[in-house]
Amino acid sequence: MAEIKIKNVAKNFASYQALSDINLTVSDQEFMVLLGASGCGKTTLLRIIAGLETATQGEVWINDRRVDHLPPKDRGIAMVFQNYAVFPHLTVFENIAFGLRMHKHPSAEITKRVHRTAELMHIEQLLKRYSGELSGGQRQRVAVARALAMEPDVILMDEPLSNLDALLRLEMRAELKGVLAESKTTAIYVTHDQVEAMSLADRISVMNQGRIVQASHPVDIYRNPAEKFVAGFIGNPPMNFLVADKQADGRWNVAGQAYDGPSCAENTLDFAIRPEDLALAETGIQAKVNVIEPLGAHLLVTCDVNGAQFRATLDSDAKIGRGDTIALQPNLHRIRWFDPSNGMRKSLEKNDV
Amino acid sequence: MQARYLPYVLIAPVSVFLGLFFLYPFYLVAQTAFYDGAGWSLKNFQEVTSYWKFPISFKNTLWLAAVVVPIQLALALLMATMVNAMKKGRDLVLYIWTIPLGISDLAAGIIWLAIFEQSGFLNSMMHGLGFIDRPTALISYQNPALIFVAIALAEIWRATAIMLVILVAGIGLIPKEYYEAAQVFGAGRWKQFVRITLPLLRPSLSTALVLRVILAFEVFAVVQALGGTLFPVLMSETYAYQFELLNGGAAASVALIILGISIASTIVILRVLRVPKGATI
Amino acid sequence: MTMAASAPRDPRRTGRYVYATAVFLLCAWVLGPLYLLFVNTLSSPEAVNSFPKAYVPEFNFESIEFFMEFAGMTSALWNSIQVATLTMIMSILVGAPAGYALSRFDFKGKETFRILILLTRAFPLPLLALPLAVLFIRTGLDDTIFGLALVHTTLAVPFAVLITFSLFSGIPMELEEAAWTLGCNRLTAFIKVVLPLILPGITASAIFAFVISWNEVFAAAVLTIENRTLTAFLLQNLDTSALHLKFAGGFILVVPALIFIFAVRKYLFAMWGIANR
Repeated sequence: MAEIKIKNVAKNFASYQALSDINLTVSDQEFMVLLGASGCGKTTLLRIIAGLETATQGEVWINDRRVDHLPPKDRGIAMVFQNYAVFPHLTVFENIAFGLRMHKHPSAEITKRVHRTAELMHIEQLLKRYSGELSGGQRQRVAVARALAMEPDVILMDEPLSNLDALLRLEMRAELKGVLAESKTTAIYVTHDQVEAMSLADRISVMNQGRIVQASHPVDIYRNPAEKFVAGFIGNPPMNFLVADKQADGRWNVAGQAYDGPSCAENTLDFAIRPEDLALAETGIQAKVNVIEPLGAHLLVTCDVNGAQFRATLDSDAKIGRGDTIALQPNLHRIRWFDPSNGMRKSLEKNDV
Repeated sequence: MQARYLPYVLIAPVSVFLGLFFLYPFYLVAQTAFYDGAGWSLKNFQEVTSYWKFPISFKNTLWLAAVVVPIQLALALLMATMVNAMKKGRDLVLYIWTIPLGISDLAAGIIWLAIFEQSGFLNSMMHGLGFIDRPTALISYQNPALIFVAIALAEIWRATAIMLVILVAGIGLIPKEYYEAAQVFGAGRWKQFVRITLPLLRPSLSTALVLRVILAFEVFAVVQALGGTLFPVLMSETYAYQFELLNGGAAASVALIILGISIASTIVILRVLRVPKGATI
Repeated sequence: MTMAASAPRDPRRTGRYVYATAVFLLCAWVLGPLYLLFVNTLSSPEAVNSFPKAYVPEFNFESIEFFMEFAGMTSALWNSIQVATLTMIMSILVGAPAGYALSRFDFKGKETFRILILLTRAFPLPLLALPLAVLFIRTGLDDTIFGLALVHTTLAVPFAVLITFSLFSGIPMELEEAAWTLGCNRLTAFIKVVLPLILPGITASAIFAFVISWNEVFAAAVLTIENRTLTAFLLQNLDTSALHLKFAGGFILVVPALIFIFAVRKYLFAMWGIANR
């Protein structure tokens, strides 16, 4: 059982607090993605799990063993680094074999495993080369193969795809997902790219300023963000926000339209809806079209609603022009509400879909 | 993996070493200089500065540095700029020009002795060109000016490479884009040198100058080889006091005087060539 | 370099000729005196003292023979080799750990330490030989190979620290961290990953330390009496010895240094440039 438990971990550096109050459980064989902007602490957390940093307080458990006082080599982990860290003075074969040699595996076993992992990562033909002769993508595969060859309980990955070009990133993403599913290893993956996170993760932990803001399945995070921060971070184009004022009848006034919302003490809330959950209609939020971007699959329309920027993705064939005022009707099940003072989600009593 | 004590363990050997063989002897030099057998006094300094050879050796040291260092700076700048523009043969030329780095100052003195001494190559050349009939004693007491020239030439030959390497490294750091931008804005070669190269070289220039000036005040073996006692300098006086006159206190005070002018020049150079905050590459 | 379509070819050509000539002259300026030393060394003692001088060496090895047989010469040579080798080993052993610490760690006192290192280079180090002479007499290190090697190491250690600092800084920390995750502790990671990568650089800086010691004059002259090194020996005999002896001595001083500098020239530029920032 390669379950990872992180309890009350905090990390201070001399000048600032990098992590506070981190509690997380990653189940056996789960693919967990730590997602956030740079500086949010995700890499620090990963390094604490790896043993490359020590937490100021808290505990790290791997496989029902407390590991926070152990060096990386005794934690049963393997790691893939952002800049690959492929050893330049060794051949690809020796790189992949490195960890196995350190752990004193018999020679025949080493050769077998190296070949197997190399095949898995499609680099068998490169085994005799040195890293200087390899492209970035190939080096990346060597780094992954090296980690997989260890058959670790946990594999940790620090933005492994961020240095690759866009097309290669796409390919490698799919490959990684397949390879890791097959190897039945628990994985923790750090990235700032939310598309990567959505595509790879069993669960995502969204991090902001040293805290885990929400940890859940990708679709759940997408549909039901716990905070305004998450709502704005996930999704491209990002979620729309409008100011909503409470009406006398308990409903909420959003840009002149009335919608049912949460019953709460506040008089103003943030109304949120995703661009793809808006449709052209006879009645609805009045929006003045500023920019139309025909993206092929759909139209991305950027509008002005009472001075606020408001985006909608509409059907490619929609007949609208710049300067038009259109009416946009939100999908009522997808409306979300947030408390403007602290960004927390305000849920309705009804079920969200 | 952050062993808190590990860095200190690693720097311990150097610290102990330098403490024992640098800081402590430094303290001893100071102590010897300011001690006259009874207590703290300036007697050693007085003795040393009132000796007739002192003004001469002091002047000689300063004059030599004042003449040699600017010439070397200009030469090194020229060579560094030339090397920077080279593509083919750059390695070979750079190696040749930095050969003097590996040559002991004593060897340099001996080499130039071969040229300047009575039966040497300079005389041979002049004879061959018909300027003289027989060999003249060039570096003898009759020609103090010529002795100075010989020593200066030997020093220029030997020590320009020290500045050259620093300047080449410094020039290498200047991104080509700056020159291209200057070109686009109408600056010719000379303007580019004065407006871009020189200002951006300031840190390297100051390092090179400080190093070279300090070494210039320490000049010893070259002078011994070419001039012997005919051209006293501060360092040779220190040596003479310590070794021939067996006067440790006097030797130490001359040593401190050398240190004093080194520090003073360093401060001046660093001041004049300091770079405003943020104005680096 | 782009050429304007209508630019006359002559000025550009002459410019290039002037440039090439200047380069050639400067090379000749450096190599010329060395060549003359070479000529003198390979001439018989009579030729060395004769006038006018020939510009081509006779390839007569008498001077060198005479030099090698001169009393105390071979032992002086051997002493120089020993001192330089000891300096080389000690300066790397003492300096490299500090270079590693500076490149990998942020610790209290780091800045003070760096300044101390820089200060030692700004200081006229040979002067320290004076009090050390007294100290050595008291501790019995006077006139020993080891004693002089200690002084030379003090001279070379700041270079060793700064050079190894830049060498280690060129190795990404990630490589060591990767090794830690693959089963290495700090020491094994250093030996298996870092060391192979900086070995050429460390060798170069070791050779540099060797040359520094080999060439040093003042401290050697002050600290050795019976066990003179080559430089001290030559200095002592400057007034008294015959010309051909001096030149042969100079030659032997110069040649090993030349060979070493040639061997490490690639690193020399990187090292010096960085070490003097």
